[in-house]
Amino acid sequence: MVDVTSMTALWWAVIFSGLYHGINPGMGWPLAVSAALMERKHSAMPKALAMLAAGHFLAMVGILLPFSLMMVLVQWEVELRIVAGLLVIAMGLYLLINRRHPKFLARVHPARLALWSFLAAMAHGAGLMLVPIFLGICAIGADDVGHSAARSLMGSNIVTAFFVAAVHTLSMTFAGGVIAVLIYRWLGLKFLSKTWFNLDIVWALSLVIVGVFGLYSALTGH
Amino acid sequence: MNLRPDPTFHASPKLAMQAPVENYAFTVMLSPDGSQSDGIAVVDLKSGSDTYGQIVHQVIVPNKGDEFHHFGWNACSSSLSPLTGHAFLERRYLIVPGIRSSRIYVIDVKDPLKAKIHKTIEPEELFEKTGYSRPHTIHCGPEGIYVSCLGGGGKDGTDGPPGIFIMDCETFEIIGQYEMDRGKQDKHYDFWWNLPQDYMVSSEWGLPPQFENGIVPEDLLSNKYGHSIHFWDLRARKNIQTMDFGENYQMALEIRPAHDPTKSYGFCGVVVDTTNLQGAIFTWWRDDDGVWQSKKTITIDPRPEKPENLPPLLQGFEAVPPLVTDIDLSLDDKYLYVACWGLGEMHQYDVSDPMNPVLAGKVELGGIARGAKHPNGENFAFGPQMVEISRDGKRVFWTNSLYSTWDDQFYPDDEGGQMVMADVGENGGLTLNKDFYVNFPDGLRSHQIRLEGGDCSTDSFCYPSV
Repeated sequence: MVDVTSMTALWWAVIFSGLYHGINPGMGWPLAVSAALMERKHSAMPKALAMLAAGHFLAMVGILLPFSLMMVLVQWEVELRIVAGLLVIAMGLYLLINRRHPKFLARVHPARLALWSFLAAMAHGAGLMLVPIFLGICAIGADDVGHSAARSLMGSNIVTAFFVAAVHTLSMTFAGGVIAVLIYRWLGLKFLSKTWFNLDIVWALSLVIVGVFGLYSALTGH
Repeated sequence: MNLRPDPTFHASPKLAMQAPVENYAFTVMLSPDGSQSDGIAVVDLKSGSDTYGQIVHQVIVPNKGDEFHHFGWNACSSSLSPLTGHAFLERRYLIVPGIRSSRIYVIDVKDPLKAKIHKTIEPEELFEKTGYSRPHTIHCGPEGIYVSCLGGGGKDGTDGPPGIFIMDCETFEIIGQYEMDRGKQDKHYDFWWNLPQDYMVSSEWGLPPQFENGIVPEDLLSNKYGHSIHFWDLRARKNIQTMDFGENYQMALEIRPAHDPTKSYGFCGVVVDTTNLQGAIFTWWRDDDGVWQSKKTITIDPRPEKPENLPPLLQGFEAVPPLVTDIDLSLDDKYLYVACWGLGEMHQYDVSDPMNPVLAGKVELGGIARGAKHPNGENFAFGPQMVEISRDGKRVFWTNSLYSTWDDQFYPDDEGGQMVMADVGENGGLTLNKDFYVNFPDGLRSHQIRLEGGDCSTDSFCYPSV
């Protein structure tokens, strides 16, 4: 019963993290507004959002897959989750200390939105923010499967990784899309700078908090 | 670092036009012979203020012989680029290079009345990190602050081609050369870009020996000054096309792209056509095949003059050339202002159709062998030169000095620094404002003007006006 509750909570965390990434201008919603305005057609916006989503999805999968493979080593599960938690905390602290902006993002061609989205997610540790949540889901899943064959466990973890990345990306695209459409259709460009908040510190702290949560749940078992 | 974008950053040119008007102007003051220190004058532009039209503060630098010329902001509306995702810089610092000393000052103007030097970059550091000298035009863009240089390495700046370098927009550390592949570009002057379309355009004046000690008539008559503009893949840092206007179009200087980023055209001013002494404006644009094209769309004729009224340099020609030395485009891309420094005229062209500009207004002030007086009865030394337009397009400011040694050749009897303003009519037209006339301190001339909160030759916009 406890497991079902925490499973639900973890999936909500996946959705919530997606919404959170979506509202962050650093994950690309201003690009969707700009694409629609520059091309002077409405259809440019869903296309831009889809490309941003594709890049973000790949970045999530790229981070989650290695962890899903390692989780096969069931006997090291707790250690692995501790290391993952520490890694996420370290990324958060790094972003807190190093407040400089990743310059290489400025060198991406404005039309290559999927590449930009992938690199932006990587540079900000967006995928890492999902790792402790994902590992929590895998751990509960492993308990359910019991100590079955490593092969089936690995398979189910990989499926979970794709599923987590997809749900997260969908909610991210939803949140970013809502802001982009509101500004494009109704509010106007003036609100672009009005809705643009500096989330740098909040973002870095979020990583630390998620990392601490990962440590806590690893040490207490879920 | 702010929590919200700087209120002077605007997504589109239209939003910038609707923003509150400027309260101050920052204007370069330069000592033509290096006997005094150069500086930045802060001019009060608040209507109704007791000190309206007066210099209310000066930042005087500790060195002499810098020769200030152009300058620019550390950050502008380009910070709202959707690609950066970080719009939290402050428009707070003016980057002021010495074109003669190659020294660069970073001046903090957060409180304009207490503006002060924030950092100084010595020439040696610039030489060592970039191989360039004589820094000139400043623009803030995707990778930081971009600075064009008129000279390469070595004492006379001819050791290697000149170019652009990039500076960090927060620490003001020089990062290094911009160019990966400069193609045929071997001289430099101005540059600007269209950020979403990812292209840059650069222009050519001449190499330092061709301007530092005055214009070299033999070089001009043998068409050795710059006459090409270069189109770049901005982010790939690659010259993709060099366009030669023709060798008689000497000194292709200011580059003014349309401010609306959906448009793929702009203008370039040419100082003098050596076949007929005309001044010229070219419109450049990208055709449907992605190739850059250009066409001469404005010509301004010289004025015949008796040799005895002319400076020695021009006596043989028996004419006053217009000398188109600066142009500026209003934020709505409607009016192009053209300074005719020789004639002593400021022209206003309606460029709503960029291929067919129409003269909409004109003001006479100063000028070779004319010396038209200001409506307040005062003299105006030299002719109209660096021009800057208010964001709303209603006021046009300009100063009078071109470049120390050139002023002396074309106007051997003139001296002084002035800044004036003209009002723009509802449907075009240009009228000098009788009440605005800034006379700079004795021995100092004036050059580029920057307006508080941005103006028509600084900000690059990433979203179209809709």
